[in-house]
Amino acid sequence: MTRMAATRDGYGQALLDLADNPKVVVLEADLGKSTKSLHFRKAHPERTVSCGIGEQNMLLVGAGMAASGYIPFASTFAIFTERAFEQMRNGVARPNLAVHLCGSHGGTHTGTDGSSAQSIEDLAVFRTLPNVVVMHPCDDVSTRALTMQLADTNSPSYMRTARNKTPVMYDDAAEGTIQIGKGVQLKEGTDVAIIACGVMVSESIKAAEALAAEGVSAAVIDMHTLKPLDGDLIDSLVSRCGALVTAEDHNVIGGLGSAVAEHLVANTFAPLEMVGVPDRFGESGQADEMLEVMNISSPYIAVAARKAISRK
Amino acid sequence: MSASIAEVEEMARKCRVEIVKMVYRAQAGHPGGSLSEIDLLAALYATRMRVRPDEPKWSDRDRFILSKGHASPGMYAVLAEMGFISHEDLKSYRVLGGVCQGHVDMKWCPGVDFSAGSLGMGLSFGMGCAVAARLDKSDRRAFVMIGDGEMQEGSVWEAAMAAAHHELGNLKVILDRNRIQNDDFCEAQMRMFDIPAKWRSFGWNVKEIDGHNMAEIMDGLDFLEADENSNGPSILIAHTIKGGGISYMENNPAFHGAAPNDEQYKQAMIELGEVEA
Ligand SMILES: Cc1ncc(C[n+]2csc(CCOP(=O)(O)OP(=O)(O)O)c2C)c(N)n1
Ligand SMILES: [Mg+2]
Repeated sequence: MTRMAATRDGYGQALLDLADNPKVVVLEADLGKSTKSLHFRKAHPERTVSCGIGEQNMLLVGAGMAASGYIPFASTFAIFTERAFEQMRNGVARPNLAVHLCGSHGGTHTGTDGSSAQSIEDLAVFRTLPNVVVMHPCDDVSTRALTMQLADTNSPSYMRTARNKTPVMYDDAAEGTIQIGKGVQLKEGTDVAIIACGVMVSESIKAAEALAAEGVSAAVIDMHTLKPLDGDLIDSLVSRCGALVTAEDHNVIGGLGSAVAEHLVANTFAPLEMVGVPDRFGESGQADEMLEVMNISSPYIAVAARKAISRK
Repeated sequence: MSASIAEVEEMARKCRVEIVKMVYRAQAGHPGGSLSEIDLLAALYATRMRVRPDEPKWSDRDRFILSKGHASPGMYAVLAEMGFISHEDLKSYRVLGGVCQGHVDMKWCPGVDFSAGSLGMGLSFGMGCAVAARLDKSDRRAFVMIGDGEMQEGSVWEAAMAAAHHELGNLKVILDRNRIQNDDFCEAQMRMFDIPAKWRSFGWNVKEIDGHNMAEIMDGLDFLEADENSNGPSILIAHTIKGGGISYMENNPAFHGAAPNDEQYKQAMIELGEVEA
């Protein structure tokens, strides 16, 4: 049976593992229980800075610490990172200070908390900031691996994690193959390539299996890093498959689909269908119900794949 | 408008029952802050708010802004008691398509004046309502309920300063001072030192009460409405117990955002006098 896990747990584990580095510090804004930085806080209270419910302050405290030689990992819900957007822009990204911001509970998949909590624009807004690495991993193994690498990155970053458990895609041995900026082909295929991030990666695998039953060969890519985007991989998918689909639990405007489209129009051409939240706010619902309401669950990905192929 | 103290207390008890039922059914949500605010909310709606449940969009209604929008079960229970929504609607809490969204939402639920969920926004919105009422030469008021953890958001203090600057006597805040936020006690997360002094120094009229003592709540609401306090914004600091009314939830940070299990649910119904032990 497939193991189920939440990406936020991979983040929490990575922080603990990173603690050997005395420069690693953790910043919280009263959501450590939820983002999973609480494990670090319990083990290393002296290196954990509680900022109260004050996200704007937290980002700039991080900037000050980064400028003083520390490696700050700050987290809150994805939606509340956006409250500190300008702090991230002017105080972190502009001076290129390596503050690592993690937004948990991203996407409509976060569920019954409803639209106020379901960030559908975080990837888009942080992608517009120069210097900032933007990631949205799909399982706990890759989240842990990518978070560990951040400690050696000299750029600021934004990583979205998710609240709910999803199927684990990587075994622990695969951890070495996961690298910031490099997409991973999880399933080979020749007719169409489905490029996904976060919770949509497992949905894309399901879609590829359904397509296989109909004789359609679909590749599935875990594009955990939206920025810098793995353009070489996209180019090779275009030449191998000739049609692309993107899948994300994020507004169809500005996220992974847009990033791939930006690359395509400037390089090689292939038809692209984008599966994403159709430019509307969410509502309260269970995680799986939300993927249906937003028309982004696996059947919608399969439909998009057939459409992309028909446009070749 | 003329409910007696005993009647408001009974209304609050019924609301507590509904709060527990909502989070139990959903197996999610925020009981702690709903229970701490409920005596205040019941009293405010039953005895002060100028509203028309059958005409929720009546333009000259008093506004109520639940800035700590996660404590929505408390507000939904009161809205049901007041007749804005039905008791049946309460079953839609956190259910797909339901009027009772996870966080109070003016787009979804009649009687809700502000779409909350992100802390630190309601006071600014309330100030906007108060400025608009003044421009309209209307005597409607804006009441805003904020949390103590919420007070750590800088935007609260932007609004506090601005509201005093503009001498908004029609803006009235109730602070649910339950001493607990999401992860822990406020004291551990972010000490706030002398809260009444902070508000006073920002130019506000300030009064402190026990937020579970109905007689004190009435005095506190009188203070908010008093003519002599119409020179500027006023805040009622209500000392409350997070999870108040359910023994195992009281002063327990774990019940900020967690639902009772079957056993705990039964116990809550006994403690609230719904079923016999
Ligand atoms: C801007 C923002 N940051 C974080 C959160 C997550 N959050 C929801 S409730 C809560 C604690 C609120 O504590 P308090 O204001 O004291 O509310 P109460 O105790 O009355 O429930 C937090 C941090 C949020 N909703 N909004
Ligand atoms: Mg509180």
